[in-house]
Amino acid sequence: MDVRKLVKMANEIGAFFAADPDHGLARENIALHLQRFWEPRMRRRILLHLDQGGEGLSEPVREALVGHRGRIEPRGGG
Amino acid sequence: MYSNKVIDHGTPARPGPATVTVQIDGAAVTVPAGTSVLRAAVDAGVRIPKLCATDSLEAFGSCRLCLVEVEGRRGFPASCTTPCEPGMRVRTQSKRLADLRRGVMELYISDHPLDCLTCPANGNCELQDMAGVTGLREVRYGQDGANHLTGAKDTSNPYFSFDPTKCIVCSRCVRACDEVQGTFALTVQGRGFDSKIAAGPVDFMASECVSCGACVQACPTATLIEKSIAEQGQPDHAVVTTCAYCGVGCSFRAEMKGAEVVRMVPHKDGKANHGHSCVKGRFAWGYATHPDRIRTPMVRDRITDPWREVTWDEAIAHAAREIRRIQDRHGRDSVGGITSSRCTNEETYLVQKLVRAAFGNNNVDTCARVCHSPTGYGLKTTLGESAGTQDFDSVEHSDCIVVIGANPTDGHPVFASRMKQRLRQGAKLIVVDPRRIDLVRTPHVVADFHLQLRPGTNVAVLNALAHVVVTEGLAKEDYVRARCEAAEYEKWKTFIALPKNSPEALEAETGVPAAQIRGAARLYATAGNAAIYYGLGVTEHSQGSTTVMAIANLAMATGNIGRPGVGVNPLRGQNNVQGSCDMGSFPHELPGYRHVADAATRERFAARWGVTLQDEPGLRIPNMFDAAIDGSFKALYVQGEDIAQSDPDTQHVQKALESLECLIVQDIFLNETAKYAHVFLPGSSFLEKDGTFTNAERRISPVRKVMPPLAGLADWEVTMALANALGYPMHYRHPAEIMAEIAELTPTFAGVSYDKLDRLGSIQWPCNDAAPEGTPVMHEQQFVRGKGRFVVTDYVATPERTSRRFPLILTTGRILSQYNVGAQTRRTGNTAWHRADELEIHPHDAEQRGIRDGDMVSLQSRKGETTLRAVVTERMQPGVVYTTFHHPESGVNVVTTENSDWATNCPEYKVTAVQVVLQAHKSDWQLGFAQAAEQQIGLLPGRARRGEGG
Ligand code: SF4
Ligand code: SF4
Ligand code: SF4
Ligand code: FES
Repeated sequence: MDVRKLVKMANEIGAFFAADPDHGLARENIALHLQRFWEPRMRRRILLHLDQGGEGLSEPVREALVGHRGRIEPRGGG
Repeated sequence: MYSNKVIDHGTPARPGPATVTVQIDGAAVTVPAGTSVLRAAVDAGVRIPKLCATDSLEAFGSCRLCLVEVEGRRGFPASCTTPCEPGMRVRTQSKRLADLRRGVMELYISDHPLDCLTCPANGNCELQDMAGVTGLREVRYGQDGANHLTGAKDTSNPYFSFDPTKCIVCSRCVRACDEVQGTFALTVQGRGFDSKIAAGPVDFMASECVSCGACVQACPTATLIEKSIAEQGQPDHAVVTTCAYCGVGCSFRAEMKGAEVVRMVPHKDGKANHGHSCVKGRFAWGYATHPDRIRTPMVRDRITDPWREVTWDEAIAHAAREIRRIQDRHGRDSVGGITSSRCTNEETYLVQKLVRAAFGNNNVDTCARVCHSPTGYGLKTTLGESAGTQDFDSVEHSDCIVVIGANPTDGHPVFASRMKQRLRQGAKLIVVDPRRIDLVRTPHVVADFHLQLRPGTNVAVLNALAHVVVTEGLAKEDYVRARCEAAEYEKWKTFIALPKNSPEALEAETGVPAAQIRGAARLYATAGNAAIYYGLGVTEHSQGSTTVMAIANLAMATGNIGRPGVGVNPLRGQNNVQGSCDMGSFPHELPGYRHVADAATRERFAARWGVTLQDEPGLRIPNMFDAAIDGSFKALYVQGEDIAQSDPDTQHVQKALESLECLIVQDIFLNETAKYAHVFLPGSSFLEKDGTFTNAERRISPVRKVMPPLAGLADWEVTMALANALGYPMHYRHPAEIMAEIAELTPTFAGVSYDKLDRLGSIQWPCNDAAPEGTPVMHEQQFVRGKGRFVVTDYVATPERTSRRFPLILTTGRILSQYNVGAQTRRTGNTAWHRADELEIHPHDAEQRGIRDGDMVSLQSRKGETTLRAVVTERMQPGVVYTTFHHPESGVNVVTTENSDWATNCPEYKVTAVQVVLQAHKSDWQLGFAQAAEQQIGLLPGRARRGEGG
């Protein structure tokens, strides 16, 4: 998956939820959205990108990926 | 005219509980107050002769054929214009009445050609019938006097002709055009003997006429008649079915001769259309038997190889082998499927079942991805259900109508006619659109506000409207307190009241004067019943889902959800967009919009289907493309969609399709996508199969087979065969059995069955024990999700920015006569109205570039370029250009970008930064396209052979 595209998509998701004044909730909602709508290989790829430095990720998205990694990581690894 | 096998009640029904009882020829009959004597007589089983009256139009009282005697009254009142009064005693037959009627008929016939035996209306003509029932035996005046028997026939319309020699000037056509269609194209010119019907100064084609056909079915004679009837003769039977074009979902009578369609006439009892239609459903059905239809399955190893015609068994076995081979090699998740909004609910259900149960993954998506997926997300989040809140009839109760990013007179014409009726009665109108769409000013309708925003600023405009509602104290706090989540409302209210959301603060961004926003917001909040209708101009944006939620916020804040006349109403593009979404076509949702991670639901499906189901969402269409290019996605089964033409950023899509090892396309034509296919499975048109479609008002309507599938199998049978070949058994004998399974597994469909559909005609879901006959208006007592949820909708500008190189914004849309990628309508007489996609540009922008109306211009974006003809028009605002995507060779999607809605990846078709320059020659892409198209046609078996000779 083209990681630049994934970063762009994730940042747009981040921009929407980050409008919530409750910062914690905003991060959680970002993670929840990725979990509910992103196919596992997309989630795996963006986490790999995070591990490689996460260039281009907006702050809310980076925090969501770090803070809710367990939720975003696909189950079963398969 | 309408079929004389269907009872014409003479005048429209009068709704209402109050009744009156009258005596007609001695028999008592009770009718709703306000009913005409003519209609009451029909109820009593008495057909009073009539000519100028018909039940789709208000009575006019001009022909004097429907005269009756009323006890205690002098003279002979016309029964069509006389309302029933309590105790009235009416006599419909007497010597005197018979003489009078015969006299009327004698006058008509004296100026009418006596060629009944060779007239196309022979057997279905009211004039002929009336001559019969009035007992006309001689015409004393002769035909030598002054007459109209020499007028020239107008055959300019591709579908119907106008023969003035047969006209009796009953004005039914004029009234149909005014009252029903609302186009006001026809007039009665002159007076008395000189009066005649005219469609503008020249002919029908040059007039305002939009070819809806309303005048044709209203005409009691052969004056206005379908050319198909003239060519094929009168039909011998009729089958009620549903239009396969747009999301209005009009009900039609397919009038047949054996297995041949003679004409399609809108069904009077159709609850979505009440006997009205548009040019597409009414006339543009000829594509179904077009010679381009592919009738034999084909396979090939490489997309550069010629196609080989094979049997169904070979094609299916080959497809199944390929899918399993690819899964063995690249993993279970390397394959997927796409369902179609043009196929039936049952077919869509089967494709997603095939993917989930036989492919074993959730890689299924549908073309709603590129149109209304934000509606699903936005309405589910705020209201709890991914569907519009109202039925179409609701508009009759609206006091204020808001149309956002939709062009109903072109996109949803039959509903637009209803809307215009209500507007002519005085409802207020607010249009939010970058273009001056027709609705802004049509005969007897003028928008109170046209908020002509810059493309891409919907959220800003909606936030500004809501800001006015909240800060001017116009919110319905009682309603919100009772029905919505309090904490979320407070959070939203604080946000929306921020100065940054005021109309003044956003004026520079949106281009809409603050005073107009304030005026529109006050009107919407205080008009009484206010309803919002929206289209793809809302969803096809990077903030599409946000816009849908902003619309829901506005409606909830003003208490405009949960009763007739109000609501939030997506106008769906294709006929079965609602249905395909309902049926579980999205990669994260099982039928009925339930997430695949919801264990209880998943287990029910797993148990019923006898498989284990994945609990992770699958790939969406754009993700499939990316994964294909990436090498992790290798096979795709596409039913009835043309992703190569309809999806944005064509060159990216082409690259993705070229990367697939096996592309299986099922379609009625060799569409653009099929040019990249390895297996072609011929599809069946809506005339060739049974099933159901669900329209924009959640109405499930039957689709009925009127002819056998041209290629031998209906689409659902093909999917079944593929499943069986993959080792997953499917053995439905009829689509009714598929619907039974849907009803069993989907709570909102629990009460739906084919028997009930036959009985009721159509059903609006939810249909279950709580609502056994369906649900016209949703969220009446409470929202489906319990409490309505306000969502903070911050405006985020689209990433697509104009620049010095690309200073204009391109927005795209559709027109009345063509449908979507045009595969069907381009193969009909509708091309008379639209031969090619054109680029609309404002005179100012045109002048700056030296462009004149009709010049060829190059449309260029960061993604690509294409050449089109320019139309210079003030419909556009300066800085914005517009085009359609009905023709593949115009390649508009070569220009559009990969930007998409943040929540659903619905592409941003509506905003692309472009430049326009004069250019006579085609773009490289177009030249390449033409060459590739020719090559692909050459690879077809029959044509390839023909090609060798010449
Ligand atoms: S064209 Fe037909 S409907 Fe119109 S006035 Fe003539 S006869 Fe009547
Ligand atoms: S076809 Fe429709 S629009 Fe055209 S004249 Fe008849 S009623 Fe009017
Ligand atoms: S295209 Fe739409 S409006 Fe036209 S007849 Fe079909 S369903 Fe009705
Ligand atoms: S039908 Fe009543 S006057 Fe013509």
